[in-house]
Amino acid sequence: MTEQFDYTTTEHVLTPGGQSPTESEERAAAGEAVFGERVRAEARSIIERYPEARSALLPMLHLVQSVQGHVTAEGMSFCAEQLALSTAEVNAVATFYTMYKRQPCGRFLVSVCTNTLCAAMGGDGIYRALSEELGVGHEETAGTPGEEGSVTLEHAECLAACDFAPVLQVNYEYFDNQTTESALETVRALRRGERPLPTRGAPLTDFRDTERQLAGFFDGPGSEEAAEASAAAPETVRGAELARERGWNAPPVPDEVEFPPIPEKK
Amino acid sequence: MTEANAPDGTAREAAGSPLTPVLTRRWLSPESWSLRTYEQLEGYTALRTALSLHPDQLTELVKAAGLRGRGGAGFPSGVKWGFMPKDRSRPHYLVINADEGEPGTCKDVPLMMADPHSLLEGCVIAAYAMRANNCMIYVRGEALHCIRRLHHAVREAYEAGYLGENILDSGFDLDVVVHAGAGAYICGEETALLDSLEGKRGQPRLKPPFPAQAGLYSSPTTVNNVETIASVPHIVNGGSDWFRGMGREKSPGPKIFSLSGHVERPGQYEAPLGTTLRELLELAGGMKDGIPLKFWTPGGSSTPLFTADHLDVPLDFEGAAEAGSMLGTTALMIFNETVSVPWAVMKWTQFYEHESCGKCTPCREGCFWLAQVLERMVQGRGTEQDIDTLLDVCDNVLGRSFCALGDGAVSPITSGIKYFREEFLALCESNRGQDTTEEPALAGVAR
Repeated sequence: MTEQFDYTTTEHVLTPGGQSPTESEERAAAGEAVFGERVRAEARSIIERYPEARSALLPMLHLVQSVQGHVTAEGMSFCAEQLALSTAEVNAVATFYTMYKRQPCGRFLVSVCTNTLCAAMGGDGIYRALSEELGVGHEETAGTPGEEGSVTLEHAECLAACDFAPVLQVNYEYFDNQTTESALETVRALRRGERPLPTRGAPLTDFRDTERQLAGFFDGPGSEEAAEASAAAPETVRGAELARERGWNAPPVPDEVEFPPIPEKK
Repeated sequence: MTEANAPDGTAREAAGSPLTPVLTRRWLSPESWSLRTYEQLEGYTALRTALSLHPDQLTELVKAAGLRGRGGAGFPSGVKWGFMPKDRSRPHYLVINADEGEPGTCKDVPLMMADPHSLLEGCVIAAYAMRANNCMIYVRGEALHCIRRLHHAVREAYEAGYLGENILDSGFDLDVVVHAGAGAYICGEETALLDSLEGKRGQPRLKPPFPAQAGLYSSPTTVNNVETIASVPHIVNGGSDWFRGMGREKSPGPKIFSLSGHVERPGQYEAPLGTTLRELLELAGGMKDGIPLKFWTPGGSSTPLFTADHLDVPLDFEGAAEAGSMLGTTALMIFNETVSVPWAVMKWTQFYEHESCGKCTPCREGCFWLAQVLERMVQGRGTEQDIDTLLDVCDNVLGRSFCALGDGAVSPITSGIKYFREEFLALCESNRGQDTTEEPALAGVAR
């Protein structure tokens, strides 16, 4: 989490006036073109959700990724401009969080859990097989980023689906109870531009759409259906199902509930 | 819980049930995540009751029920709520910690997917009790489908008048914002979460001041876990005595136990606190393929390991602590005899190294060096002295780090060496001089 972008933000601050456009000024101009009026309006609507503007930074960085597929220098300048922060402040945040990608991301981000439990259940083997199949390592992309069939591979920390181990995610949708074969099949399908169905969650779109949702926008076509997409799984309801079969219940709720009195003021 | 659904037997018999589905019960219903299903299953009835009470009565109710935080620490929730000032001179905030990321923990994600309205109903009740008109739900970014379901549920709740202005004509207003994180385990620490929610790097804050005095935007704030808040509507509907009818004296209530790893039927099992792993394993069909149990965690990787000797430890806050571990998040990661303890410990340590936020030296440097030493040992290049080095570094991280991440990081190492020292020793002996970098060095290489 301590890696830095390969440029400094001080040049932006130290640029003396009246000289020919610096790299950062060119970037800002490029940002103008990349982040058009629609994105600006969305950035403002993110700010409006919060009592204080700066809280909008994390969703806004997701918004930047929805436009460019990763967090770029222009993207950070854009956030800084919207929130009246320095680019250094934005940079410090963008480099802290794993989900902000510093390299262009593929249409599909494949995250394989290699934390202890998943690894012991086969996750390490899955990661290795996918890495060989794609010919890439951690946070590298097979194919041309942004183009159909491009796949970025990463190993992920615990994805909170341990009862489905080993798991992977594609664009943060769950593919549970994986084997090396099933994972390879999924990734090969992605490379062909197909969209295999996740075991829990919504049908895959692409990484940029995913990031738009993480920015809090669920207004795209199919968003209602996406929310309704099944997340039912035997593992989730195993205890509840067993209890129903055996007739086990929590104690019955009483007819009348007595509430404590209002405490006296001290 | 409905009367119609109540068991045929008496309350006493029911209290003896091995499983007590309360939070997980609705999950069985079709489209359990929709408002329609939720309302059919007594959803938002507790809210009507709660809004007819004085806010402080609710805090007293939660205190009387003995509800303890389900996020790992087990702090009494009612007491925490009671820390909030009663005056409204500054805005109050309720923040929901839905940043589930502790390795092994997988209870809040299914809860939010299957029953998001129970969390929202709990939010309104808790916010009313704490005089908060703003609630933020900080969800782990990787849990996209939860975020989607929560957004959907929030929209439904606004439309139905359960959120927004003058909720159910009570005069109480509440706005809820669903906020996606961006991938940082440390944001599960409540003050790091608040910094993250303020748009900063997620690094923990010095306490005091505690969030109830100066939390989000330096205003009075309470941070509660998802499962904790989702329990609240049930407590309002059932009362404190009903809640105490499950679990143990100091750790009452039902709890979602998440069984994962080498068991026949992994999954979510909601049982009274104090249930043992032996009992849970029986419900889950025993060990996978009959291969014997070797080690397990009672509540995630930050809780010291247990072994087959601990099968009868009552899994509540006291029981786990008395046996030398912690209840944590009741994430029961179960490993059989085929898994190497030093390897497992190395993998966890690599996790903590990656997730250390870098703010304090003991954790940042300690986790880095612990991982280096463990990687070397697992590669067969370790010496017996490395075990002492590990314990020495652990000693300098435990209790000396800024937040609990450092404490958690050393748990698997010290407990692993305590129970399985001979495995660490064997690694130094049998692999000495050999090149064993192929397996399982991948995690190291991949980074």
